[in-house]
Amino acid sequence: MAPLLEVKNVSKSFPGVLANDNISLTVNAGEVVALLGENGAGKSTLVKMIYGLYPPDSGEIFINGNKVELTSPKAAIDLGVGMVHQHFQLVPVFSVAQNVALGAEKKRYGLYDSQQAEEDVAALSQKYGLAVDPAVKIEDLPVGTQQRVEILKVLYRDAKLLILDEPTAVLTPQETDELLEVMRGFAKQGVGVIFITHKLREVLAVADRVVVLRNGKQVGETKPSETDQAGLAKMMVGRSVVLDVKKELAKPKEEVLRIEKIVVKDDRNLIGLNELSLSVKAGEIVGIAGVEGNGQRELVQAITGLRKIEAGKVYINNVDATDSSPYQVHKMGVAHVPEDRERDGLVASYSIADNLVLNRFTEAEFSKRGVRQVEPIKKLARFLVEKFAVKTPSIETNAGALSGGNKQKLVIARELAWGPKLLVAAQPTRGVDVGSIEFIHNQIVQARDNGAAVLLVSAELDEVLGLADRVAVIYAGKIVAELDAAAADRNKVGRLMAGGDTN
Amino acid sequence: MSKFLTRHQKPVLWTLLVVFIAYGFYFWDSVRTTSILNFTLSYALPLILAAMVGIIGERSGVVNIGIEGQMLFSAFVAFFAAAATGSLIMGAFLGMAAGLLAGAFLGIAAVRWEMDQIIAGVVINIVAAGITSFYYTPGKSLPAIVPRIKIPVLSEIPLLGPVFFNKSVFVYLTLIIVVVLQIMLFTSKWGLRTRAVGEYPSAADTAGINVFRTRIFNVAIAGILAGTAGAYLSLDAAGWFERGFTAGRGFLALAIMIFGAWNPLGAMAAALFFGFASGMASQLQADEVINIPQQFINMLPYVMTLVVLSFSAGKVRPPAAVGQPYKKEG
Repeated sequence: MAPLLEVKNVSKSFPGVLANDNISLTVNAGEVVALLGENGAGKSTLVKMIYGLYPPDSGEIFINGNKVELTSPKAAIDLGVGMVHQHFQLVPVFSVAQNVALGAEKKRYGLYDSQQAEEDVAALSQKYGLAVDPAVKIEDLPVGTQQRVEILKVLYRDAKLLILDEPTAVLTPQETDELLEVMRGFAKQGVGVIFITHKLREVLAVADRVVVLRNGKQVGETKPSETDQAGLAKMMVGRSVVLDVKKELAKPKEEVLRIEKIVVKDDRNLIGLNELSLSVKAGEIVGIAGVEGNGQRELVQAITGLRKIEAGKVYINNVDATDSSPYQVHKMGVAHVPEDRERDGLVASYSIADNLVLNRFTEAEFSKRGVRQVEPIKKLARFLVEKFAVKTPSIETNAGALSGGNKQKLVIARELAWGPKLLVAAQPTRGVDVGSIEFIHNQIVQARDNGAAVLLVSAELDEVLGLADRVAVIYAGKIVAELDAAAADRNKVGRLMAGGDTN
Repeated sequence: MSKFLTRHQKPVLWTLLVVFIAYGFYFWDSVRTTSILNFTLSYALPLILAAMVGIIGERSGVVNIGIEGQMLFSAFVAFFAAAATGSLIMGAFLGMAAGLLAGAFLGIAAVRWEMDQIIAGVVINIVAAGITSFYYTPGKSLPAIVPRIKIPVLSEIPLLGPVFFNKSVFVYLTLIIVVVLQIMLFTSKWGLRTRAVGEYPSAADTAGINVFRTRIFNVAIAGILAGTAGAYLSLDAAGWFERGFTAGRGFLALAIMIFGAWNPLGAMAAALFFGFASGMASQLQADEVINIPQQFINMLPYVMTLVVLSFSAGKVRPPAAVGQPYKKEG
């Protein structure tokens, strides 16, 4: 029998980049193929060609043994190809059923049949164990559920080949495990799955075969049974990667951040932090472990002056910083790496140089009588781009043009360059490639060794356990346990994150 | 029917209230009430149609600031075509065709050429003003007036009869358009796709919907409605054509669209409210109940627009992708 999908010698270039160079890929019905590679390796480009979003420059694509020309997503959908995009393609003001049916609507009396759509979605979600209420609006759903809707959308169109583009980037560890199980379920029902990721643990857990891309080229194919995390990382990056963070034992000194029973409301005006207390000392990294949505965002925003504190106190170096403005907090020596770098971390339309002085442009060195000093700014920018290995054609390039990993390095560079006393880092490696993760981790450890206090918030439990010296588990707006990182194991912390006790 | 009533309780109650009050006034002063309501409808009609043009455009993600120019151009074409051919039907038909042309221009400029939508609309306004002034020839007149069509039975109802059911074909057409558009926009496949394209075009694209084609088609079709509004103005409401004839109604319609929260029925209610306020002011002026210079009365709709927009700002949510040309990434 012909394979479900066969891609033969496909190439695709964009102005200035050869995104895919002579790539071949086969997917059989009932198997999960992981497409592994760093950001910019060409994974998304490859699957977008399979989904009809771009035409290949050369090469051929076969579906069920027939050569196909995929000129639009519609052509791909008609051939049974479905894709769950990295950035969800859902209309926020539409209901779940409307989103699922969009583009494949069933009609009654010539009008869109909303009742039928809701029934179909309910039936599908039952069949595949993807619980969701078909009548709810997308904007009222959490991210994990939105992803289920994306998958339902694909199933509704009877996809035989399911492409998942970095589906776990936005999920909590629990949601990720659920999704991996769902993927296995699809394979069992004879669906072919292409799973794009750069997370090695997930690849080993779910894939039947792994195809690795690097810089647009196919560098190899392997099976989880024949390799391990280090082997995959080496294929992906092209050199050995240190997966465990290397660091000396922490030498904590004086207390830099002290939080006393703060109460903060969340976006929905409900209690986000409930009398939370925490302390971080100079020279140590405190990691916050928790399922997303348990107050991590609110905690970071309360410290950095971005959210009103209803009750309780925040002290920075023993100075009351409660309800200070972000500027005042910055002046007290606090650096902030925000969780959403695109929205809060950078000005995409500013040059790299200007982004690097966003927090310091008022300093005498960079501004004289209200006039920006171009040369000192450029000098700093050249120094930081070099030191933090930001890959860019020039310091005049707009920050928006950089890849995710390089954007994050830019933010880290800016926040660490001025020697802060406290670093608040939220999701510092989210959506960042392995090579950059290693680099960013080393920078954070170095900041600690130089005497900074570090508060690390991450949805990646492995990151928290690997990087932190002390782990504080947050649940329902409270720190429910503090553990020495050396003594904390995955299972125990996982139970605490879910609200269980240690025993 | 009962489902309809429970779901749309508020608008239904408001409508009943308005009708009730109107009849109250009718029994008090039948002549003046009928006259004000007639004025209300004829004033509101082009605004309703123009607001529908705006709604179709913005619901698909295209701002149409050129409604004014589309109407002006169509009014001009309708009038002179009718005068030249001696046929009102021919005039109306060509007026609508002119609207389609102007609409298609906006669609292609804004979508295919990715031109800034505001600028494309302004171009239409300027070009329309230029053409209609340059080719304007005085001394022409229409071959006939647009006939009134009396609907049997319904036209005998007191107040509602003469106001709604003894009118020209334009009135009936407009009312049908509003209702059909309301239904289509919220319950048809076309409506679902149109709103998806206006809210989140890349979601529509990945679901296999051609965003470009949908937008161009919708904006062009909306142009026909702008043409209808223009033809109504010159052939029916006025019976003549003058330079700058549309007097800002196309812009007023955008305010009405916002006031009506991008809903056809809501916009119709808003337009009728504008019409009523103007009619009331004129009547009071004519009766010398109030004595304000005419210029201030003429200002009323524009002042109301400002008030309405400043109150509704931030309360109603426009389609999310409005004004942004859709580009495929990569």
